[in-house]
Amino acid sequence: MSHQRPADSRIVKVEGLARVEGEGTLRVEVSDGVVERVELEIFEPPRFFEAFLQGRRHTEVTDIVARICGICPVAYQMSASLAIEDACKVAVTDQITALRRLLYCGEWIQSHALHIHFLHAPDFFGCADAVELAGLDLAAVQRGLDIKKTGNHLMEAVGGRAIHPVNVRVGGFHRAPSPEELNVLVEPLRRARDEALTSLEWVAGFEFPDIEIDYRFVSLRHPDYYAIDSGRIATSDGLDLDAKGIAELVVEEHVSRSTALHARLAGKDVYLTGPLSRYALNSAQLSPLAREAAAAAGLGAVCNNPFRSIIVRAVELVYACEEALRLIEAYEPPNPSYVEVPGTAGVGYGATEAPRGMLFHRYELDEEGLVRTARIVPPTSQNQLSIEDDLRRVAQANLSLSDEDLTWLCEQTVRNYDPCISCAAHFLDVSVERR
Amino acid sequence: MSESTVVTQPTLAVWKFASCDGCQLSLLDCEDELLGVVGAVKISHFTELSRAEEEGPFDVSLVEGSITTAYDMARIREIRRASSLLVTIGACATSGGIQALRNYADIGGYISAVYAHPQYISTLAQSTPISDHVAVDFELRGCPIDRHQLLEVITACLTGRKPVIPGHSVCQECKGRGTVCVLVAHGTPCLGPVTRAGCGALCPAVNRGCYGCFGPADTANTSSLARQLTALGTSRIDVSRLFRTFNAGAPAFREESLTYESPETGR
Repeated sequence: MSHQRPADSRIVKVEGLARVEGEGTLRVEVSDGVVERVELEIFEPPRFFEAFLQGRRHTEVTDIVARICGICPVAYQMSASLAIEDACKVAVTDQITALRRLLYCGEWIQSHALHIHFLHAPDFFGCADAVELAGLDLAAVQRGLDIKKTGNHLMEAVGGRAIHPVNVRVGGFHRAPSPEELNVLVEPLRRARDEALTSLEWVAGFEFPDIEIDYRFVSLRHPDYYAIDSGRIATSDGLDLDAKGIAELVVEEHVSRSTALHARLAGKDVYLTGPLSRYALNSAQLSPLAREAAAAAGLGAVCNNPFRSIIVRAVELVYACEEALRLIEAYEPPNPSYVEVPGTAGVGYGATEAPRGMLFHRYELDEEGLVRTARIVPPTSQNQLSIEDDLRRVAQANLSLSDEDLTWLCEQTVRNYDPCISCAAHFLDVSVERR
Repeated sequence: MSESTVVTQPTLAVWKFASCDGCQLSLLDCEDELLGVVGAVKISHFTELSRAEEEGPFDVSLVEGSITTAYDMARIREIRRASSLLVTIGACATSGGIQALRNYADIGGYISAVYAHPQYISTLAQSTPISDHVAVDFELRGCPIDRHQLLEVITACLTGRKPVIPGHSVCQECKGRGTVCVLVAHGTPCLGPVTRAGCGALCPAVNRGCYGCFGPADTANTSSLARQLTALGTSRIDVSRLFRTFNAGAPAFREESLTYESPETGR
């Protein structure tokens, strides 16, 4: 498969993955031993959420935007709730905020467990998938399933359903679960936390490509808690913004190769959102157990190696289990389970941390509460340029690899991001051209 | 590997069109059964799970998502040709999904509302279910589908029998679990009487009305329910909105949403 000829004389085109699906392709062009161009092309058919939200009632938005993503519907529901409550100038109670955070922990647990064990880990073993990995390490795959199941149970207990929860409404919840309904999750969550610690040790032992990237980290930051459901927005170069501030600073660009918009900060700068950013900016707010486990896994204050994001996700997985346990122990059912949010004219902003990165929404409502305009900026759109940057560096540093191995490494580079384009990690058709 | 000694396992392929991935995730959400399922079949194509890929033909193809591009129109025909059984999963694949809201609008306006350069976007004016394009052997509904129903469909396909999936309404599920009727007792607008069962009547159990994510039940009397909703005080336009969500393209819901769209049309 590999054509070992001098780099400056070869033209190789590899259809690395024989994927025919339309979601995305990746092109890496190498000329004279230099990676000249990297393009992540996104073909995911456009679905036009921002357009068809126009004219819908503000109370319908959370159900509709959940359908953007089957893997992180809560992120969409939560960012939308915050934005609409901001537009209508309504604040929810602390009990409602805590219950939202608990639901969000469930989503982090199931999404991170899925990505760590099923989507990402197989790359480190040269396995096509977790089924093949189960042949090598059944316990690890089983552990992933167990943790994921507990995350889903938590989402069902609070949200009524794991995929597209039905219990969320603007202003809070349709119904507050009873303490008994949550207490049954304590034992499974303790087990999940312990299994997550085992998985953290497991992934910390993987072999990682040696690469360090000087990212501009962007993430929510909360003074008291590791940022998930609320907070202001911090950047590694010292900005401190609210959701409106980030929405105004981020400029999205529409390029011919993509049905996802490319985001830049202040119109020019590439930035990174997701676990590496959250960890770099918020590790002080992790629980003592998660912090110690991170140190034992070899993480410093900042992790600049994108391949090691699997370790950071495992730390966050430990944290999310612990945080869920803390929230259940302190749980007071909000009564009433929601605050009324009368529709009024206004503009509102909301940002939360989806498992794969910051997600912000902006809604403009008319006096009836109907949506006039909507803007939704998902994490993968924000990370797209950063993914391409990583690919350029990784490909350049690994030109000695065979086409097959280089293709796989490029795919893995994309999977480092847990991209949510089609909400699957395995969406790419990679071609490497060498001239 | 010697072909003669290998017991042939049925091949399963999972395909994605315009969708959120939630229905194929339902398969991965079968945490207790997943390893059993993948042990009973050979997974030939499932990009959410695996980078491995095999050529067809496929014994069973599960198809998620709706058709929204010319490219996908051609792709679904190829998948149909390569598949012995083709099962569509979820509201997108069975009725066009939430993105079928474009079917009521001017697509040019939609594109320019989202994208700065409409010329880069290639899309069809309508979002349509798979069955508008190829023959479908079974349609499993829901936004998302229910994972237990999915296991039933896969089991039925592998054993060569018809899936046992009820066509009655959500009302029966509410009665089954003893949930007080939110429509009768509280006057909450609820699509339960016309919506296919399968979710387990989740919404009334959290004190809200069913929002129809499983699409129309068999013999759904939508016009009767719509009249009742207006009698209880729901405005005509809100009745229209209620029918126009994740199954906006399903004929019974579409018809009612059009009837109630304008304040003048009486019934």
